[in-house]
Amino acid sequence: MKKFERLQGLVAPLDRANVDTDLIIPKQFLKSIKRTGFGPNLFDELRYLDEGYPGQDASSRPLNPDFVLNQSRYRGAQVLLARRNFGCGSSREHAPWALDDFGFRAVIAPSFADIFYNNSFKNGILLITLDEETVERLFQETEASEGYRLDVDLERQQLTTPGGETITFEVDPFRKHCLLEGLDDIGLTLEQSGAIHDFERRHRAARPWLFRDA
Amino acid sequence: MASQTLYDKLWAQHLVTQRDDGSALIYIDRHLLHEVTSPQAFEGLRLAGRKPWRRDANLATPDHNVPTTLKERSAGNAGILDDVSRIQVETLDANCESFDIEEFRINDERQGIVHVVGPEQGATLPGMTVVCGDSHTATHGAFAALSHGIGTSEVEHVLATQCLIAQKMKNMQVRVEGKLGLGVTAKDIVLAIIGRIGTAGGTGYAIEFAGSAIRELSMEGRMTICNMAIEAGARVGLVAVDDHTIDYLKGRPYAPSTEQWSAAVEAWRDLVSDDGAHFDKIVELDAAEIEPQVTWGTSPEMVVNVSAEVPDPAGAADETVTQGMTRALEYMGLSAGQKITDIQLDKVFIGSCTNSRIEDLREAAKVAKGRKVADNIQLAMVVPGSGLVKRLAEAEGLDKIFVEAGFEWREPGCSMCLAMNADKLGAGERCASTSNRNFEGRQGYGGRTHLVSPAMAAAAAIEGHFVDVREYDYDRGNAREMSA
Repeated sequence: MKKFERLQGLVAPLDRANVDTDLIIPKQFLKSIKRTGFGPNLFDELRYLDEGYPGQDASSRPLNPDFVLNQSRYRGAQVLLARRNFGCGSSREHAPWALDDFGFRAVIAPSFADIFYNNSFKNGILLITLDEETVERLFQETEASEGYRLDVDLERQQLTTPGGETITFEVDPFRKHCLLEGLDDIGLTLEQSGAIHDFERRHRAARPWLFRDA
Repeated sequence: MASQTLYDKLWAQHLVTQRDDGSALIYIDRHLLHEVTSPQAFEGLRLAGRKPWRRDANLATPDHNVPTTLKERSAGNAGILDDVSRIQVETLDANCESFDIEEFRINDERQGIVHVVGPEQGATLPGMTVVCGDSHTATHGAFAALSHGIGTSEVEHVLATQCLIAQKMKNMQVRVEGKLGLGVTAKDIVLAIIGRIGTAGGTGYAIEFAGSAIRELSMEGRMTICNMAIEAGARVGLVAVDDHTIDYLKGRPYAPSTEQWSAAVEAWRDLVSDDGAHFDKIVELDAAEIEPQVTWGTSPEMVVNVSAEVPDPAGAADETVTQGMTRALEYMGLSAGQKITDIQLDKVFIGSCTNSRIEDLREAAKVAKGRKVADNIQLAMVVPGSGLVKRLAEAEGLDKIFVEAGFEWREPGCSMCLAMNADKLGAGERCASTSNRNFEGRQGYGGRTHLVSPAMAAAAAIEGHFVDVREYDYDRGNAREMSA
């Protein structure tokens, strides 16, 4: 996994609650057997005026001029500002893959769905949960001033606005550590192989019916 | 020892290591795989030179991309006309072959929707941890198994280590007491629950469904309820073990052998929440007050009683909700105040991991029996959840009832629940669906989905618009006895 480096990211506001992972990346793009290349189809149904298909050249498709990410002032955005319950629905990891491929490094919202939360951290995307009032204020500031950037400092767990205000955020220590170091958590878990084998022996002895080869 | 909830017990029984920072390593007993969320995980294993930790914990079947027409299905994988879909299914076959994982392939009679197949085979057992790269893995919690959806990185992690890095969730109990009205089903219970707590109401929680109305449900009904826990934001839905659980599992292919059966049952009997166990949140519903439910919007929480009208966004709690409701009405082509029973439909879908089991098909068939699908319905389809469900339904003559009424009787798969195969809605088409998600575009680009129970879907197909099945004249039989 790539490391999360401190960033000065342009912020794009997506003013909509309950954004589900079907909306983030529609099902027809889930047929890919790769992890990359989902960026052109991020928010496909919001971004384009026509229906998208896998393998198509997205550059020739009609863009929805009303969609926020199609506005030139948000081009190159790395921080997505969103509303409550972002990432609900399907467990598709294609959603963070698409956000990552598009260029987003962090998402800020009042709340996130559980599976999406896990999936994002596994892909080096930082999710920042802030209270509704703060998020509302960031929406207003972002919309009011073109080129609005946030300084995102994971190490210190703080955001700094262009006006110099700092906002601290919570993140669990294990996820923070993995993100800062870019750790492969399978490798980390396999360092505990001994403990897993011990557990497995006890578990099998207590509940042999859970092991079909027993 | 202090009183524990069912979730606390399952967690404790699978805890390998607990880290100081709150994260833990939990052991996974059963890992179900399908073609959509596994290829990148297998590729990751291959690139790192890793092998599955425990081969027999895994079970795979293709379900999302498979065609459901007999003509295409009879050609096996070659019958999948969409190249990208076919490659995905072939990739699952190849990966299972090279990593020596058991798979029910496209035309194996045991193939089906992974969440129908697991329990049907007895591959889902009480006291297990069950994961799958699919959010509807919550389904398996009906068996008092700690079950939830995971992402593809976690699929790879489970394959490689037999463990998951997890954090303990909070406990919620949703208690449904009393007797359901005739014609009101498990689907209506869970939609009513989601309507009450919202799509994020269960975020961070494992929900245990309890109370006399839940105890009375068949295993199929309990699976319907746990299946949609994720639609209330909860990754985990659970129901405690009782006789229904044990009776359902007896004799299934992957269930414990005769020698192990009584020890297993004895252990399973303890898979209930202790008296006095602490829940962080308790929600109570009166079963008698639950009406048949119909969703009107683009989130499962946008749901009302069939006797109600489409709600007015102006009455919403805050500006964000008002905006969401307004956008949903526009997408759905509905206006506030419209009666639900006046909503005319174009298509009807009976199927999905929520409602494609034998009891669901029996319910729908009872409504359809001796009637005809309305002229304005362009397509009414019934998609059984597995090859074995299909065979059983055919043995009971349900297929004939459906076909005579004008429904199409299809081959098993996820089908139009998420429209990854050829079964989909066209733009603007309106569908009564027994599936689980009414998100924008879910059943097809621009498609409009209303979530309902199988009986409600069948009645809507016959009348061409929604009707209250409680007032509908059909032989209800005794659904509870039949399914027990």
